Formats: sequence, structure tokens, C-alpha cells
Amino acid sequence: MSTDAGTTTHSMAAPGAAAAVVARGIGKTFSSRSGEVTALDGIDLTVAAGEFVSLIGPSGCGKSTLLRLIGDLDQPSTGELRVFGKSAQAAREAQDYGIAFQQAGLLPWRDVAGNVELPLELHGVGKKERAARAAELLTLVGLEEFAGHFPHQLSGGMQQRVAIARALAERPSLLLMDEPFGALDEMTRERMQTELVRICAESGAAVVFVTHSIPEAVFLSERVVVMSPRPGRITAVVPVRIAGERTEGLREDSSFFAAVTAVREALHGSGAIPTGTARGVDLR
Amino acid sequence: MTDLATSTSAPVGTPAAPQRARSGRGRRVAVGLLAVVLLAVLWELVKLVVPDTGGHVLGASVLPRTDDVAMPHVWTIGQRMLEPETSAVGSPTVLSAMLQACWFTFRVALAGWVLGSVGGFLVALLMQRWTVAESALLPWVVLSQTVPLIALAPLVVGWGGRIHIGSFEWQRWMSVALIASYLAFFPVAVGALRGLQSPPAAQVELFRALAAGWSRTLLGLRLPASVPYLLPALRLGAATAVVGAIVAEVSTGTKGGIGRMIISYAQSASGDPAKPWGAIVGAAVLGLVAAGLVSLLGLGLGRYRHAEVS
Repeated sequence: MSTDAGTTTHSMAAPGAAAAVVARGIGKTFSSRSGEVTALDGIDLTVAAGEFVSLIGPSGCGKSTLLRLIGDLDQPSTGELRVFGKSAQAAREAQDYGIAFQQAGLLPWRDVAGNVELPLELHGVGKKERAARAAELLTLVGLEEFAGHFPHQLSGGMQQRVAIARALAERPSLLLMDEPFGALDEMTRERMQTELVRICAESGAAVVFVTHSIPEAVFLSERVVVMSPRPGRITAVVPVRIAGERTEGLREDSSFFAAVTAVREALHGSGAIPTGTARGVDLR
Repeated sequence: MTDLATSTSAPVGTPAAPQRARSGRGRRVAVGLLAVVLLAVLWELVKLVVPDTGGHVLGASVLPRTDDVAMPHVWTIGQRMLEPETSAVGSPTVLSAMLQACWFTFRVALAGWVLGSVGGFLVALLMQRWTVAESALLPWVVLSQTVPLIALAPLVVGWGGRIHIGSFEWQRWMSVALIASYLAFFPVAVGALRGLQSPPAAQVELFRALAAGWSRTLLGLRLPASVPYLLPALRLGAATAVVGAIVAEVSTGTKGGIGRMIISYAQSASGDPAKPWGAIVGAAVLGLVAAGLVSLLGLGLGRYRHAEVS
């Protein structure tokens, strides 16, 4: 599972067609009434196909902004962004990625199966095929019995699983996730993390995962990208070297604790952020 | 664990929901009928308590007169409705004349409601699509409602009178429908705009991420999301279309409708006080029936009405 972080992150060579995301010198400024705010500055990042990368950092470090840029929900002010060798817009139009955000964003008038089928329906997939795929995905996220339920009848964790199933509907090779478990309680959250690891292993999709929980980032990712705020920059990239499968047992493992410590030190140790101001990072 | 808790309770909630809705509807009808009975009781109570000459405080009249000319008994009104309209031979009863007039006004108001609703919805679409259109049109939409109908009526009749396209000729009732639509248009335009703009950013961005264009987003997201806003707006539009049609009938001098009937019956108020009340009851019932019929539109749309606002 361990990847050679040194070469994937810092090689400036032309990206192979395999790279899911290549960002070069990405900057993003927002103009507000009080002047320009630099949200991101000089971001260089490469995410290989099938790789799980977490973005971590205190509130306001631009990690969500970076995710939105990759998803073409916003445009960068400077720099170049390629998703599977295409522009972000082309990748969005080609449906190369699926998104799952903190709010599940399910349509309340559609039942669970209808919500999962939504992307397929929008892209003209036939009814039979849609139903089959939805059933398959609901089994994957363990909600096959709830296909006919409406979102308001589900708990937050179940809604989030429906949103993840929806994100996977078109077998995207990239998943963009912005704190998808942020609103969940700790127990549900850990179970969802385990499920996500399994789902990603099965689907082989690359994932860019925004979080501000260190253990979550470590448990899920092959690399943890540590960011600092004002302006948002990448301060460190911590490779997580874990041998074997990522299961519940990993949370008790010494390699897990070592990686958590490494990320924590990267967060606090970097010169850009004095320890006291790293708000928004929870150490759960 | 939390999931298990909801999973056991959820299936129980599903079959119960429509049943609850049905009994709720039944109760609403009962409450509505009770309100009508209560109004009649209140009417009689006022007649009983307030002296015939009305209520006076320090010589100033504060309550209307309650004698049988100003406020006939409820049963007198009911009885009068079953009697012939005039003493002429073969004259229909007040009730049948009133129902006939209501039917005329209903059809005109319906035409106005359809026209106003379609127009209001199109304006809302335009305003949702282009922010510029919203800032340009919305003040006019609000302003349009400050122009008094009575000022507008002769203009519409005048313009309509000049329209001759082939064999088509502008009818008087069309002026009335147009004025009714002018009133119905407003709540629908405002309600539809609010509804179309109601989906939260997370859902709008989801559709963007799914590469859905404006029309796909409209059909898949904005339109279904607007239902809880649109239904009350259409109901309100129906009631205002009826009011608009009645006022327009009066101010354009259109014959055959309930508006004209109220005016002509009012002329016999001193000699036959119960007669004009028959027409007024008809107008009130017509408004209720129109709004009630529009409520039927919502019956098949239950799943979209999870968050209805009124």
C-alpha cells in the first residue's frame, strides 16, 4: 500500500496520462469588500491514479477551495490544473469524478434508489441498467433494504452512505470528498471510514479527501497533504506507510500512532503556523 | 447503532403517513364547515346583542345598524335564495340565478388564473435564469400591483375593442379574464421565484458537478423543489383571480357574472334586503371553491410537499 511519496509529489516531469490530478502553481484569490484575499498560493500537487490523498489543515487553509478547483466548481486565478490530462472543466463534463460533501445533499422527493440513480438518469442511462446499478451500489454501502425509503427516514450516517453510493454511480476514477463524515458521531464515523477504505479498494478510484481530523486522514490515506492558512500553502506531505490491510485493528497499531504523530508534528512544527493558532484541527 | 434504531422505526412510519394525511384532510374540511356555522351564529349573536340602531359611544356610531334591513336573519337570506328573482312570470330563483352567475364568473376567473399563472411562472423562470432580469423585473412586478384595477379596467376594454384579427374579435369577458390574470400573476411570480431559488448550494453544485445544464437542473432540481412554494401561490392566485374577475366585471360593466349581480341586487336592498346577501354569499363561496379546487392539484404531489410553506 505504501507509495513512494518523494517521487510522486515533487517530480515536476510531465505527468503521465495515469495521474488523476496534477496541479502546478495553483493560486486562488477572492475579491471581497475589504480587498483581495489569497486563499491558495503556489500549490503543486500530483495525485496518482488510484491513490488516496487527504488534505488536512486548520480552518481557512484553502483545502476545500482546492477541492472545489479540482471539481471545477470554482476556477483558479493562476496556475495550471489537469485532471486525467484534461482541463478541470473537460473532466467535469466528461464525468471523470464523483463528489461527496459534508452535506449529503440528497433530493428529498426521491427515494434512496432514486437518489443513487440521479447521475445515471441525468446522463441518459436506461431504466433497467439504472436499477441494477443502484441495487449493486446500495449493497456496497450496506443499504440494500432501504432502497424505497426517503432521505428524511434515514439517519445522518445512512444519508451520507447514500451520497457516497451516488458519487460512485458512474464508476468515476476520481472521488472528491469534502469532510463527508464531518457531521457524524465518532462511532459512525469510524465505521464509515472502514467502509470507505473497502469501497475504494474495490472500485480502484483515486480519492482527494478533505478533513481536519488527523486520525481520519492517517487511517484513510496513502499520503497526507498538510496545509497552512493565509495564504493557503502546502507545508508538508506525509507518506503513511502501513503494511497490510487497513481494518479496525489498524487504529490500535503502533504504525498508525507513528503516522498520527508525524502528521501532528508536520501541522504544528511547520514555521508557517505557530502551535497556538492551529485552530480547527481536532486531534480525535 | 444509530442506524439500527432508525431502521426499525422507519418502515413503521411509511404506511402511517398517508393515513395521517387523509385524516388531517378530513379534519380540515370539518374545521372549514364549522367556521361557516360559527360565522352564521356570530351574525345572529350580533343581531341579538347590538341594538337595531347600532352601537353608539358618546354619540359616535361605532357598530353598524342591525335591523332587518341592514342585517337580515341568516334564515331569511336562505329563504330568499329559494324564492324567484323577480315577480315576473317564469323568473328563476335567486339561488339558480346566483349559481348561473357564479358559473360564468368561475370560467372567466379560471381563464384569468391559467393565464396569470403561466405568465407569472414564465416571469419567475426568466428572473431565476438571469440575475439581471431579476433586478430589472422584480420592482415592476411589485409596482404592477399598486395600480388600482378600476383605473386599469377601461384601458383594457379600450385596447381590446380595437383588436380584430381575422375572424377573431375581442370579447368583453376576455377583458375581465385579462384583469383577473393581472391579479393572479403576482403571487405566482413571487412564489415560483422563491421556489426555483430554494435548492441549497449543495444540491445546485451537485447538479453542476454532474454536468447538468440549466434545463436539466430546472427539471431535475428547481422545479420539484419549487412545488412546496408553488402550490400555496397557485391557491392564493385562484382566490385573487376570483376577486379580480368580480371587480373587473363591475368596472367593465360585463353582464352575466356574479359581480354584476351584486351591483344589480344591491339596488333593491332597501325593499328586499335579503336579496343582495344571496349574491354576496355566492361570491364568497366561489372564492373558496376556486382555492379548494387548486388544492386538489397538490394531491398527487405528496412527495414534493415535504416542506410546504404557506
